Formats: sequence, structure tokens, C-alpha cells
Amino acid sequence: MPNQKKLIVSHAPFCHDGSKISTRSNSIMLAALPAVLHGCYLYGLPAVGVVALSISTAIIWEYLINLLTKRPATIGDGNAAVIGMMVAMLFPATTPWWAVITGTFVAIVVGKQIYGGIGGNPFNPALIGIAILMLSWNNIFDIDQALLNYEFNFTAAYPLVALKHYGVSSVDSFNLAGLLMGNQTGSIGSGFGLALALGGLYLIIRGFIRWEISLSFLAALLITSLIFQLYDTGKYAGPLFHLLTGNTLLGAFFLATEDSSSPVNFIPMIIYGAGTGLMVMLIRNIGGHADGVIFAILLMNLTNPLIDKIRPKAMGKVNSHA
Amino acid sequence: MKKRPFICLSEPHLEYDVIEPGCKPNVIPVPRKAVLFFDKTYDKKGAPLFKEGDRVKTGQKLILYADSEEYIISTVTGTISSVSPYAGDFGKFYTSVQIDVSEDEADDAFEKVSAEQSIETVRNYLSYLPGNLPIKSFLDPGNKIDTIVITGVDSDLLVVTSQYIVNSKMEHIIKGIKILRSIPGINNIVLAVRRDSLHGYGNIGAEVKNISTRYPSAFRQLVIKESLGREVPAGKKPEDIGTCVINAEAVASLGAAFLNNRIPTDKIITLINKDGAGKLVSARMGTPIGDILKALNITLNHGDRLILGGPMAGSPVYSEDYPVLPDTDAIMVQDKNYIQPFSDYPCINCGDCIRICPANIPVNMLIRYLEAKMYQQAADEYDLYSCIECGLCSYVCVSRMPISQYIRLAKYELAGINTAEAANA
Repeated sequence: MPNQKKLIVSHAPFCHDGSKISTRSNSIMLAALPAVLHGCYLYGLPAVGVVALSISTAIIWEYLINLLTKRPATIGDGNAAVIGMMVAMLFPATTPWWAVITGTFVAIVVGKQIYGGIGGNPFNPALIGIAILMLSWNNIFDIDQALLNYEFNFTAAYPLVALKHYGVSSVDSFNLAGLLMGNQTGSIGSGFGLALALGGLYLIIRGFIRWEISLSFLAALLITSLIFQLYDTGKYAGPLFHLLTGNTLLGAFFLATEDSSSPVNFIPMIIYGAGTGLMVMLIRNIGGHADGVIFAILLMNLTNPLIDKIRPKAMGKVNSHA
Repeated sequence: MKKRPFICLSEPHLEYDVIEPGCKPNVIPVPRKAVLFFDKTYDKKGAPLFKEGDRVKTGQKLILYADSEEYIISTVTGTISSVSPYAGDFGKFYTSVQIDVSEDEADDAFEKVSAEQSIETVRNYLSYLPGNLPIKSFLDPGNKIDTIVITGVDSDLLVVTSQYIVNSKMEHIIKGIKILRSIPGINNIVLAVRRDSLHGYGNIGAEVKNISTRYPSAFRQLVIKESLGREVPAGKKPEDIGTCVINAEAVASLGAAFLNNRIPTDKIITLINKDGAGKLVSARMGTPIGDILKALNITLNHGDRLILGGPMAGSPVYSEDYPVLPDTDAIMVQDKNYIQPFSDYPCINCGDCIRICPANIPVNMLIRYLEAKMYQQAADEYDLYSCIECGLCSYVCVSRMPISQYIRLAKYELAGINTAEAANA
């Protein structure tokens, strides 16, 4: 019967809650936008250029890979744009154009697409891009040198470098309220602590990032830095200073929470977050780098598949090894 | 259906619907053509005990093949017009018996024996009751059933059939419980109802337990867990731990059969319209679904979806000629504009499914194995068989992957492999 009306058949369930990857990506970019705008305001057009170039090239790299691998275009999900934005937020405002393009190339192609695209990357793609650039052209990331020609109405030294080289006494020139309100130098998107925290809170409320990771990250960072400070007040800065400087808040809310490279079970999320916070403080206080957020997160990304094996017993599971 | 809320601190909650008080079912007239299904493949060589042209009466027992005990009850009076095979879900075949309906005439075989309320009478006459009484499950001595759980809540969303039965046919249920009590070996009968509907049921002969109002707490495995504290092992049936789950309508039908000395033939159905609004109808079993839709002025167009059951765990049918069966608790009609396609996007590891899964399955890992067709590893390492098929993972998946569908496919494929291996061994 050719003119019989045909019904659609498929298996249950027959409904969906309407969530989309693009909503997720857009929300993350929206949450990061205030911090980026603050960076653009502080550093002017060079920062705008870096952000625009970074996001656009990230999308272009993703599209080129889609064409090359003859797969459907995935730029519509917004994930490439998010990665481009995260890379831009980690760059100093005066980053040369070729470094931006190289950074997004490494982030999108090496960090994400060679693993099969979204969901397959074992590391945070943006951090892969930044880490490779840091290892190759470290002087780009020397904040004090990069921002040499700027005039600020606050202390122009990069707080973490000041702490590393001039000791705790240099910390006195920064006040915490100023740091929170973005009166500090740094990469484009990492300075404005209040905006990052509010953005992170927004993402947590919307359910787009996992609060367990952010909170355990920050808690571990505060506790570890407090222990260091109590151990030797003359040598180590306090917890709130570490909370508000460098990439801490950017890392806690936007980088460590990247879906594919972080755990999803409760205990693993706590271990992962806490491990990252601990590593950040170890690198900052004992290691060679001024800021350890990027390497700490990458290191914990590495442990993700292992620790995410800790999970609750499935219903009705019978342990056959006992 | 409920959308993802703006504030989504924890996983979205899906609550079972409450039946409107005083809700009465629309009675659908007896159809002109009725279809009855035998849960058996049609065998052309084995001579059926009835054939086209035979007259049947309402309540008459129909046995398909002489060598099998299985029977169905004719729910209408009329002439058999055809006996043919019908292809169902997952390669399953039924034998479909079509009857041209005439004036109702009651068969008196059951009436003669109904005074004696014995297990034998139940076994011989009451396996084809509205609500689908699982006679084989609790009368088979091999199962060693000691506990019966009666569910007064429907397992799927939007469906209120069982709630209606509990609210309006309590005396039938009490009679049914009395009969179930007389089965040797049964020492515990539990009626599971909504937590917020725990008002006085009085002495009904069964313990009343309340269960959560949140989907999917009315699924068999979860009802057993919540009301009895027993856990059904992964991949096993409730019968394997001596428990039988029966829905309230089946128990009410069992009671009604002995109270009225007639085998009940009318099924209560929740009909969920295209706008998601539910409506109770009462229809003769065997009524083609198309007739019910016509009686209620619901149009079904090309490209729509017709579902037996609710939105989360129902099963779709490809034809309006499909009849109302003993287990048809709900019929759902979905407009083609509402049907959302699944995507071939990969899992992005957001963890929403992990948080919502009632069985604690590592869905993010499981789906990676299932996509690669590594079904055995999925079962061994990632708890494939713990899945109760509630569909919540597919419902929340941000990548819109058909996760629940993959799981059902995997179970089906593994069952096929295991059967083949058992045959070779």
C-alpha cells in the first residue's frame, strides 16, 4: 500500500530536555566575557586584536580540519570558539599575531582534532596550545616585559613574579580589594577576579561546569597556601593573595572544568580539583614557574582516566572477584 | 515534556503526574473488528485449533496449538476472519487473530468454575486479563516466589492508569489480594503507592508501602529496592530473587473476575494526546488503536509517532491497526513537529547522564564501548546489565546521542551471541 500513512518508529525515550552543546558553549563564552572586556579596557586595542584573532583563527583551524578529514563541519557547536577565547585569555595583550595563530593551531589541531574532535581530547586543548608556546617562546609570556610600554594607576609589576623574585615584602604593594577588582597586570582574561568568580558562579548555577571541581580546586589551593604561610610567614604569601593573582580563578572556573579532560564521578572530581589546587601551590612556592595553573591542570588531566575509575557500585552489580 | 531548567545545580527532576481527583474514563464503543495477539510465532504447519469462519463468544478460551497450554481469552463475540503472523519489535513475531464483531454473547465456561476460587481456575482462565497478570511468573514452582509487589504507580511519566485503579477499584484489589494470598509459598504482599497519596487504605490484606514520586522510582527493580530493600542482581529478573511485581490493574481484574463471575475484558488506558495532556479511556481489549483515536477525534498524520506506553519507556508501533493488549497501559500520540532527531555527535563527557542515572552506571564510558560495538566489554566492565532502561540518559544527553537505544541494541546483540554460543557448545 504505497499511499498508506507511515509512522515514525524509534526506541524510547521519545523526548529530550532540549539541551544543546551550542547553548553550553555560548554560556561559557558569556560567562568569560566580562573578564575579557576588562582586559580589553585595560590593555586597549592590542588586546582586542589578540582576542579577535584567537577566536577567529580557532574557528578557521577547526573548519579546515573538518574539510581535510571530510567530516561534517563542527564549528556550529561553539567549542572551537570557546577554545579560541580561552587561549586569548591566557595571552598577554601584546602577543604577536604569529604566536596567536600558532597557539590556536596547536590548541585546535594538536590539542583537540587529532583525538577525533570534541569529547576525545585527553587534555584541555587551550592549555596544550599555551603550554607548547610557553616551552617554545617563553619570553612572550613574560608579563612585565610584554606590558613594558603601558602606564597603569596601580602597581604595574606582575604580582606572582614580584613575589617570586622580591619575596613576600613586595606583596604589600598590592591590596586585595584592588586585585579582586582587576587592578593588576597579567594575561588578558585573568586579572579581573570578581568577574571570573561571578562568571564561574553563573556556569555552576546553570549546571554547565561541575562545581565539585572548582570548589575543591580553590579549597585545596587556599589550604595549601595557608600551610605554606604558617610554615614560614617570611617566605610565602597568604592564601588570598594566591587566590586573586595569576590564573587561579580562570583555571578554577574555566580551564580545569573542561568537560572532556576532567572526571565526572563525585570522588574523582574532588581528587582532581584538590590535586590541581595542590600542584598549583607546589609549583608557585617550590617550582621554577611564577604561575603553575597551566601545568598543574595539564598534569591532573593526565591522571583523569585513572582516577575516574573510582565510582559508585552500579545497581545490582555482583562482585565476581570476591 | 519538561525542558532543562535555567538553574540546574543538580540533575533535573522528573516527577510522576498525579491523577486528577474524580477523573472518569471515556468508554470507547466495542469495535467492529477486533484483533487479538498470541505471544507466539504463527506456525503454518502446526494446525491451529481454530480457523477462519469459527464463531467465538466473549470470554471464550482460545488455544492456538494443541501441544501448548497457552491461551487467550476472546474479548468479543463474532467470527474469526483471519489468523496471520504479525511482526513486532526486535524481530519478535505474534500470531494475530482478527474477529468480525457481532452482538455480545457471554461464554459460560468460567462462570461454572468461578465459585471455586482455586489456583487451578486462575491458571486455566485468567492469564489474559487487563493489566497482564504474570501467571507463569508466580505460579511456576521453579521460581520460588515468596513476595508479591503490587504497583499502584505507573512506571512511565504522564501515565495514570494504575493510580486510577487504586483510587477507584480498591474493593477489586482487596479481593485480588485475597486470592493471591491463597497461593502456597506467598508470605508477603506489598502494595506500593505514591508517597503523597498515603491516606487510609484500611485493612486490605497487604502491607502498604510508599515510594518516591520521582521518575523512575516506579520501575520494577527500584520498587523492589525501595519497598523491600532487596536488590535485583544485574541482568536478572525480579523472579530470580523470589519477587513478583504485578501492576494494580491486574490484581483488580483478578478480583473482579471472581466478584462478577466474569472474565474482565475492558482495559483502562491513559491516552496522551499531542499536547501532552492525558485522558483516561476504557476500551475492550482487542480494539484497534485507530478506533480509539477516531472515537476521541485525534488525527494521526503521516510522520507522526504512535507509542504504546509513556514518553520515556514506551514502545512505538508502525500501524494504527495494532490492538489494545493486556499490558497497554497508555497510548501516546506525538506530532511529527515535536519529534527531535538524534545526532551522531560524540560524547563530550559532561557527566549529566552519570548524575541522573538511577543505577549508577558509568554511562560516559559505557557509550564509548557501545559505539565501538564492544558489547561484551561493555557488559563485563561498564555495567551494561545494570541498566533498567528508564531512558533518562538519552533524555538529558547534551550531544543528543541515542544512549538508551544503544544499550537496548547491545543487550539484544549480546542475547543473540549468547544463544548462538550456547547452541554451538
